Amino acid sequence: MALDGAEIRDFRVVGTRPVRPDGVDKVTGRARFGADAYAPGMLHGAILRSPHPHARIVSIDTSRAAADPTVKAIVTRADFAEGLEDEDWNILENVMAGDRVLYDGHAVAAVAATSALAARDALRLIEVRYEQLPFVTDVDEAMKPGAPVIREGAADETVPEGMHPNIVRFHENGHGDVEAGFAQADLTVERSFRTEATHQGYIEPHACLAQLGPDGKGELWCCTQGHFAAARVCAKLVAIDASQLRVTASEIGGGFGGKTTVFIEPVALALSRKANRPVKIVMGREEVFRATGPTSSASMDVRIGMRRDGKITAAQGEFRLQGGAFPSAPMEFAAMCAFAPYDLENVKSVGWDVMCNRPKQAAYRAPGSPMGAFAVESVIDELCNSLGLDPIEVRLMNAAKEGARAAFGPKYRRIGLIETLEAAKAHPHFTAPLEPGQGRGISCGFWFNHSGETSVSLALSYDGTVSLSVGTPDIGGSRASMCQMAAEELGIPYENVRTTVADTGSLGYNDISHGSRVTYASGLATIEAARDTIDKLCHRAAQQWGIDREAVYWQDGHAKPSGPNAGEFEPLSLAEIASNMGATGGPIAGHFEITPQGAGVSFATHIVDAEVDRETGAAKVTRYTVVQDAGKAIHPSYVEGQFQGGAAQGIGWALNEEYVYGEDGRLQNPGFLDYRVPVASDLPFIDTVIVEVPNPGHPYGVRGVGETSICPPLAAIANAVSNAADVRMTHLPMSPPRLLKAIQENAVG
Amino acid sequence: MVEVVLWASLRRFADENAVVVVDANTVGGVLKGLVEQYPALKPHIDRGVSMSVDGRIIASGLNESVARDSEVVLMQRLKGG
Amino acid sequence: MMEMKHVKAEVNGDPVEYLCDPRESLLDALRDRLSLTGAKEGCGTGDCGACSILLDGDLVCSCLVLAAEAEGKRIDTIEGMADGETLHPLQSQFLQHAALQCGICTPGILVAAKALLERIPDPSDSEIRYWLAGNLCRCTGYDKIVRAVKDAAVEMRRT
Repeated sequence: MALDGAEIRDFRVVGTRPVRPDGVDKVTGRARFGADAYAPGMLHGAILRSPHPHARIVSIDTSRAAADPTVKAIVTRADFAEGLEDEDWNILENVMAGDRVLYDGHAVAAVAATSALAARDALRLIEVRYEQLPFVTDVDEAMKPGAPVIREGAADETVPEGMHPNIVRFHENGHGDVEAGFAQADLTVERSFRTEATHQGYIEPHACLAQLGPDGKGELWCCTQGHFAAARVCAKLVAIDASQLRVTASEIGGGFGGKTTVFIEPVALALSRKANRPVKIVMGREEVFRATGPTSSASMDVRIGMRRDGKITAAQGEFRLQGGAFPSAPMEFAAMCAFAPYDLENVKSVGWDVMCNRPKQAAYRAPGSPMGAFAVESVIDELCNSLGLDPIEVRLMNAAKEGARAAFGPKYRRIGLIETLEAAKAHPHFTAPLEPGQGRGISCGFWFNHSGETSVSLALSYDGTVSLSVGTPDIGGSRASMCQMAAEELGIPYENVRTTVADTGSLGYNDISHGSRVTYASGLATIEAARDTIDKLCHRAAQQWGIDREAVYWQDGHAKPSGPNAGEFEPLSLAEIASNMGATGGPIAGHFEITPQGAGVSFATHIVDAEVDRETGAAKVTRYTVVQDAGKAIHPSYVEGQFQGGAAQGIGWALNEEYVYGEDGRLQNPGFLDYRVPVASDLPFIDTVIVEVPNPGHPYGVRGVGETSICPPLAAIANAVSNAADVRMTHLPMSPPRLLKAIQENAVG
Repeated sequence: MVEVVLWASLRRFADENAVVVVDANTVGGVLKGLVEQYPALKPHIDRGVSMSVDGRIIASGLNESVARDSEVVLMQRLKGG
Repeated sequence: MMEMKHVKAEVNGDPVEYLCDPRESLLDALRDRLSLTGAKEGCGTGDCGACSILLDGDLVCSCLVLAAEAEGKRIDTIEGMADGETLHPLQSQFLQHAALQCGICTPGILVAAKALLERIPDPSDSEIRYWLAGNLCRCTGYDKIVRAVKDAAVEMRRT
């Protein structure tokens, strides 16, 4: 269907800032998150985890645990499906270890007992004998000849022969002739960079409540970004039919990509089946750190050539990402996004996916893109400094616009990068004077945005109010936006719509709330479901008036005859038509199912001021401005919130957050005390500028906003800190010890 | 006939061609045509790919139409966080 | 299993009694025994503040208090913050400012912010930020939270 061409129109509800429909529940403590569900006869599950980074499981003796009267079920890998392939097998292997444990924290067994404390106690009664194996947790070490092998045969055919078995995927994109381009450069800078693994850090640990009977019928309540996908994967892992498992998405306490897969849900289902009672599992924070999330760590080389006037003549990057003990690191996105903001004649980008003895990486907000942008935008900053050029003017000179060939292949349609750069240039922050000891950094960032399967249903009540069901869990206020779009289209007040995240038994399949797709895709489907409803409403009006459907149109919440020829009739409101719908043909509901193909890419430009204490190596962000293209902001407050949240997570990634592995291969900092996410006193206010360059693939012009906001911060902050400290920082996080060492080495010089 | 641009690391599965010409008028047809000409591309395409048609990124849509003069670029399968 | 402890306390003005395991946290007793699930466990180690409550008027992480320690004490949780159907100014300002995204940290932050405004009715930005430094929010970057607390303070000083 033709979705091209965002409508330019005056909006009535879209663009306003109403209170979210779930607001009162969330400020009164009533909202029910993953751990807030209870069931009659419920047991509590707990999971036994490996203390070793790599070991063969010699034996698991559960007999003492089984003899404990509080224990009602014990499961190991033998209680899950056999014969799974590809990613399904990877997920199962991550959920419950097979013959080997592959990282510190890998699950080996689970129990269900009559209380949470009893379950935890029972884990101590399970005896696992391990034969420890050599391990590797660093991406560069894992690629070297002689590195311990995580798994033979995991590589796909993209990897050239003769490489280490830990190197499992290879990607290359680009165009032109980079060497010819470098020959035209007045200055070429080449640098190596590293970023450490970070965790999504959602405040709500994974939690679920499962019920699975011997008849293969089940119910699952869980905090997830995608309950339809959870149903599909869980059904495979416990070998039942997907439609027999009804999954309800709880309120979700943050995800950022980390709740796009399953960890405890299949375990709770398997325990429940064995005990034939409901089982609740709630992860502890240490488990969250050791066994879920994190993003990849990265090792990268970037080389960029620039003419004296600022024109980039060639750009080249190599991005090596480890994704834990499974093929999954988003190196292709690092390679594809890193140079995406620029219109380059000669560009080459390669990526390597490397396995290590670490937990399976999970998506984290624009997976891969922030690391790539860090490396590329740092080199551009260095070039600007060396050539005495303005960082925004150089980016404007090289910026991609409509028709430019992206480094990842296609020519761009309408995009808003230049608009973000111009808005950044005009922002008072960019020209504000800096204090001594401060530095300023600029960076651009890019993310694709996603679409995915989407199914929406919209039903009228007799009183003329509307019930909208969507299948995308609301992770940051999206129900408000859905209500706005439905109200806009139907011509009724915002308050007359209630949006519910429906369970898997109530709608067609919906892809996960990921890829910044929800406001775009569920929004598009909501608008189309409203249009489907309007068509039915017009039909009823036409029947009542005894005229053709074509002679009726919808305006401001009313069916109206389309002109004098149609006849003279009083307009009929939605509420009037709904009030006797049962007697005029039946209930009125609209629906829409689609995998839309018009997700618009988006760009951002960030400006950061940072202050460096040269005595301690502590860096602090003192001022921050986010400028990003939202296409069309449906609820500007929540768009700003996405901008601010992405910036804050980027600040943590750049300055403090890091997975630290010890000599023993164990995670050294699995808690918020030692894995330090930004707290309120670390941050300044985060200024936002919403740029609106409509996406031609959405009826109102929406582009996703959730992920692009985390692409520029790493580089923008690194540039600010490097300029403040007068030393180029190439390793994130720029924690005090690392920054102090760089300052001292630079002084010695 | 449609010209399909492959990403660089796919080219060695297509006799080092950067551009492959196929006879197709849908995304699914393009993918089928690619595999027919270069069976070594099959595992990559089976794992899932996205495609850009005249700059419009089609994450997964086999029935989307492709015109003779469309700019068609094969892309790694898109997902998000 | 260890012998359960019998505890009498007052929660949001109501007398309550519960039996608890001597190892059980007050957070777990509130949630699992009294069905007050507004306080959340984000870490279990006192680092995130999602379980913030008032214990005899002091702001504490209920995950760090034993359920048995609440004997004879007065407990205030998020569930007691609104006055009937009238929201507390902090609650309504959080809604007006869109100072929450996922909302998991919101109960703890509201309880902590209320404790702040009872001590310092006109806090500076820094005072708000340092007071709330024990309450992690991963979604918002704290911007709208700090603004909402400031506006709630203005509203409360007016009435």
